[in-house]
Amino acid sequence: MSNIFTSSIGKKFWMALVGLFLCVFLVLHMSINLLMLLPDRSYFDTGVYIMSTAPVKVMEIVLFGSIALHMLLGLLLQIQNWLARPVRYAKKHSSETSFFSKYMIWTGGIVFIFFCLHFMDFLFYKYGWFGFEPASIGIQDVVKLDPVTRAMEVDTPANHNFYDIARYVFSSKSYCLVYAGFMVLLSFHLIHAFQSAFQSIGWNHPAYTPIVKWVGYIYSVVIPAGFAIIPLYFFFGGK
Amino acid sequence: MIQLDAKIPEGPVARKWTEYKAHQNLVNPANKRKLDIIIVGTGLAGAAAAASCGEMGFNVLNFCMQDSPRRAHSIAAQGGINAAKNYQNDGDSVYRLFYDTIKGGDFRAREANVYRLAEVSNNIIDQCVAQGVPFAREYGGLLDNRSFGGAQVSRTFYARGQTGQQLLLGAYSALSRQIEKGSVKMYTRREMLDVVIIDGKARGIIARNLVTGEIEKYAAHAVVIATGGYGNVFFLSTNAMGSNGSAAWQCYKRGAAFGNPCYVQIHPTCIPVHGDYQSKLTLMSESLRNDGRIWVPGKKEDAEAIRAGKLKPTQIGEEDRDYYLERRYPAFGNLSPRDISSRAAKERCDAGYGVGETGLAVYLDFASAIQRLGKSVIEARYGNLFQMYEKIVNENPYETPMMIYPAIHYSMGGIWVDYELQTTIPGLFAAGEANFSDHGANRLGASALMQGLADGYFVLPYTIQNYLAPEIKTPRFSTDLPEFNEAAKGVEEKINRLMNIKGKHSVDHFQKKLGRIMWEKVGMGRTGKSLTEAIEEIKAVRREFWQDVRITGSTGELNPELEKALRTADHLELGELMAMDALLREESCGGHFREEHQTPDGEALRHDDRFMYVSCWEYAGHDKEPVLHREPLNYEVIKVATRNYK
Amino acid sequence: MKPCRWFDPDRGHIRNDQSSIIHKQIITMEKKGLNLTLKIWRQENAQTKGEFKTYRIGNISPDCSFLEMLDQLNEQLVDKIEKPVCFDHDCREGICGMCSLFINGRPHGNDTGITTCQLHMRRFKDGDTIWIEPWRSAAFPVIKDLVVDRSAFDRIIRAGGYVSVNTGGVPDGNAIPVKKKNADLAMDAAACIGCGACVAACKNASAMLFVSAKVSQFALLPQGKLEAKERVSKMVARMDELGFGNCTNTGACEAECPKEIKITNIARMNRQYYISQFA
Repeated sequence: MSNIFTSSIGKKFWMALVGLFLCVFLVLHMSINLLMLLPDRSYFDTGVYIMSTAPVKVMEIVLFGSIALHMLLGLLLQIQNWLARPVRYAKKHSSETSFFSKYMIWTGGIVFIFFCLHFMDFLFYKYGWFGFEPASIGIQDVVKLDPVTRAMEVDTPANHNFYDIARYVFSSKSYCLVYAGFMVLLSFHLIHAFQSAFQSIGWNHPAYTPIVKWVGYIYSVVIPAGFAIIPLYFFFGGK
Repeated sequence: MIQLDAKIPEGPVARKWTEYKAHQNLVNPANKRKLDIIIVGTGLAGAAAAASCGEMGFNVLNFCMQDSPRRAHSIAAQGGINAAKNYQNDGDSVYRLFYDTIKGGDFRAREANVYRLAEVSNNIIDQCVAQGVPFAREYGGLLDNRSFGGAQVSRTFYARGQTGQQLLLGAYSALSRQIEKGSVKMYTRREMLDVVIIDGKARGIIARNLVTGEIEKYAAHAVVIATGGYGNVFFLSTNAMGSNGSAAWQCYKRGAAFGNPCYVQIHPTCIPVHGDYQSKLTLMSESLRNDGRIWVPGKKEDAEAIRAGKLKPTQIGEEDRDYYLERRYPAFGNLSPRDISSRAAKERCDAGYGVGETGLAVYLDFASAIQRLGKSVIEARYGNLFQMYEKIVNENPYETPMMIYPAIHYSMGGIWVDYELQTTIPGLFAAGEANFSDHGANRLGASALMQGLADGYFVLPYTIQNYLAPEIKTPRFSTDLPEFNEAAKGVEEKINRLMNIKGKHSVDHFQKKLGRIMWEKVGMGRTGKSLTEAIEEIKAVRREFWQDVRITGSTGELNPELEKALRTADHLELGELMAMDALLREESCGGHFREEHQTPDGEALRHDDRFMYVSCWEYAGHDKEPVLHREPLNYEVIKVATRNYK
Repeated sequence: MKPCRWFDPDRGHIRNDQSSIIHKQIITMEKKGLNLTLKIWRQENAQTKGEFKTYRIGNISPDCSFLEMLDQLNEQLVDKIEKPVCFDHDCREGICGMCSLFINGRPHGNDTGITTCQLHMRRFKDGDTIWIEPWRSAAFPVIKDLVVDRSAFDRIIRAGGYVSVNTGGVPDGNAIPVKKKNADLAMDAAACIGCGACVAACKNASAMLFVSAKVSQFALLPQGKLEAKERVSKMVARMDELGFGNCTNTGACEAECPKEIKITNIARMNRQYYISQFA
């Protein structure tokens, strides 16, 4: 039986819906990040505090579920797509198409790798699953963790100090660049994802779709750029 | 000996169809399931008939030679479809459409059939709208009409320049619905190669599976031929590459009379021939003539300069242009009927005024229309056609006049049928362009779609019941009967014979040779001499073909060369019959123009006293002279007149 | 002066110096013929493996169409007692949807808004190498050489691509007015010729543009609205069954559609589909 969960269009529907939800989350995440740059630290701390309240925690579960669903559907759809053309063309396609849409599975995959890295750097601290050091994943020139700072971090999620973790994580200049580089790929993913999600949920209008596309382009530049500001801030010597 | 009985119902012409339907035999629903109908072809007539018969409950087997029923060449019709709706309040009526069709056909069509056609034309529009055909509409939401091909009323319904496509897709969707329901079984990539007759009745067909090469046998209680026209006898025509007269020819050879083979229509507005590699001619919609003005240079030296590339058409002043249609036919001008416009173009080119590289083209000029209406209006009306022209010819028709020349387009002749669309073989029906019935000697623009759908939706499903009603006790046939085996063996032998010739020339070589003879000697202007020569020349090509054709590949595979060879073999016989028919018809009427028979000012001259009949040819056997039968045409309602468009 | 004629059965397609019978005057050919290398997919039948074969062809007029160029190649192959290249074609005026060649990485070749039969050789340069492949899709198996089986499209239409009315007994054509804008949009969608270029162009071999064109046509017209929900869910289900890929909104279909059908139709179908599922 074909329905909203199993059909091709149905899968795309959830893919798009979840994708748009993740887009909203990115805005939130970025806004709080940028508070870090304000001279008065209390804004950032308040932001972090709100993020640790119960309703947000529930949303967190939804968030991780969404990421998982988005990846699962993406993979499933992609496998079907590969199977739909068992014999490839000898001469590569040269149709004029949106460039980034062709590499969604790859940009998506790379963004996932970034997520893993990012969780290890920040999220696991938050849950107190502290157990590794950035150095263990092969980045050599990271300065060893300051035992004093670490003591502050562990155990008390409500009080954990993201600012200091960030300062620690980005104490390596090349690691800053790695983070910023990943943001470029996130941008590639978003350029197609944003407008495509609207098309997938059936929202295409001759007058408004160009606006959606522009909003999408702006979004997919501004959001990754906003995220990249933090590592670049440290890269250029921010304290 | 065949018996010609048109079976025209009694009574006044306007009541005949109603009376027929009121008294015809019907088949009860339980029995319909037990009756099989083979329909060959999925164009407008074939698909509409298959869908309608399937809906009624008959068990239909439908065949087409393409990969999908949606490919039939009806799809290429551009202009529109006529109906006597009188939505425009311009004085149209069933009678007027009937009269115009008879007059357009130069008084060589059967009154009763044409009246029925005009009568059901309105139902066609309703049916197609209900199917979701996106006809052009006005801002008020009602259907739009345009005037077309020399009609004085706006009765043509259209869907941009793709009316044929939309109507065919409508019929195709109805057909698809029946296929899904199981009432129609669709056989694609099959070409019919013979019709099987058992006890004097058509009971099945032999078809070749074009993919595997297998010869397949199919049985049914009745067989319908809806395989279109035979314009490709001329090799270059506006027909699709695959269009052919083979299926109709098999019916003829099995005893169905062939009606008026010499009537073929030459369409005036096609893109001229430009190279020896050319495979087909492209039609530009006749609607272009609504705004375009047709001309050639008035001076021979200008024409010569243009041909040599020394002069551009835009450099020729108004006073040096000869708008010959406006000059000769002031009342209808550029909208004169197809046969008249075509001949006028040929006359000018033959006289040395033709343009283009070959000298076989005339101008269709939009300059004055662009000046009058503005480029945007012209673009809205003909944008897609202009674009198509530019792609093919590489010239911008907004800036320089288009070049056009007539080309073979439609065959009015075809298998002879009676009022019930039944051929002289009981149980064998012919519908659409494949039959001869409604257009006389010339077809009006936008009437082919009308006839195809009228036959398919509204005529054949009724009349075939009248035939099938007594057949309810006839059980299904086995395809193992000796008649099937014999027919299949005959087809196999023919194929093997062709394959074993292993000559020196390709099939196209012979088809082109035939086409050249046909176009030159059995084309727009025919004479007793040219036709006599043509008959001899065709015979010679036919002999040569059977000795020297080369077909590569094998029989058991997809083999387009073999497909073409089978068709060309038939065309080489059909072409001869066309010439014979044209030779016998010592008059000019509609698409048939005998140069000996014209008025002092070059118009067609009919001889109603001697030729007011349908020529019906009966096959007499291999290499024997066919026998001519005449079905007299009696005009009870219409007063026969000279066609005058001046 | 090199005379030419359009119609020369004695020498096949090769231009020669005999004077024309049809054309009364001799004309000069100024356009230079093209010499080309063709890499064509040859495959005996669905069961066997295929391969590319290289052919050289010379003196091709820039004015002839791509298929006429292949006609000339086939004529030469028959001359050499070889099997001609099989390809689907019929009307040769861009409307039947039969022709289906993937030329140098693009369905219907390097031009927009055309079918293969409308592609002219003036789009190529002397000395070009041209790759000619069949449509590639799991749902369109190769039958022979460049001929593929597109009956999957027919099966999708059979699932619901119609308005369920029988012949006869329908209301007058003007009984239900249709907004002109909707009639025009329906016509835009209905222009689909079912050639399969959308599937061939799509990196996922998805049939969404084809299906959405039919769904849109009927969804926009009052005649088709009544069955809109059933139609879209049945047609999408059938499409999925047949092994087409999914839509990634790449837009290759729209770029290659010979009738320039827009992907707004896909959005409309998506909408229709959600309505059918939720409402």
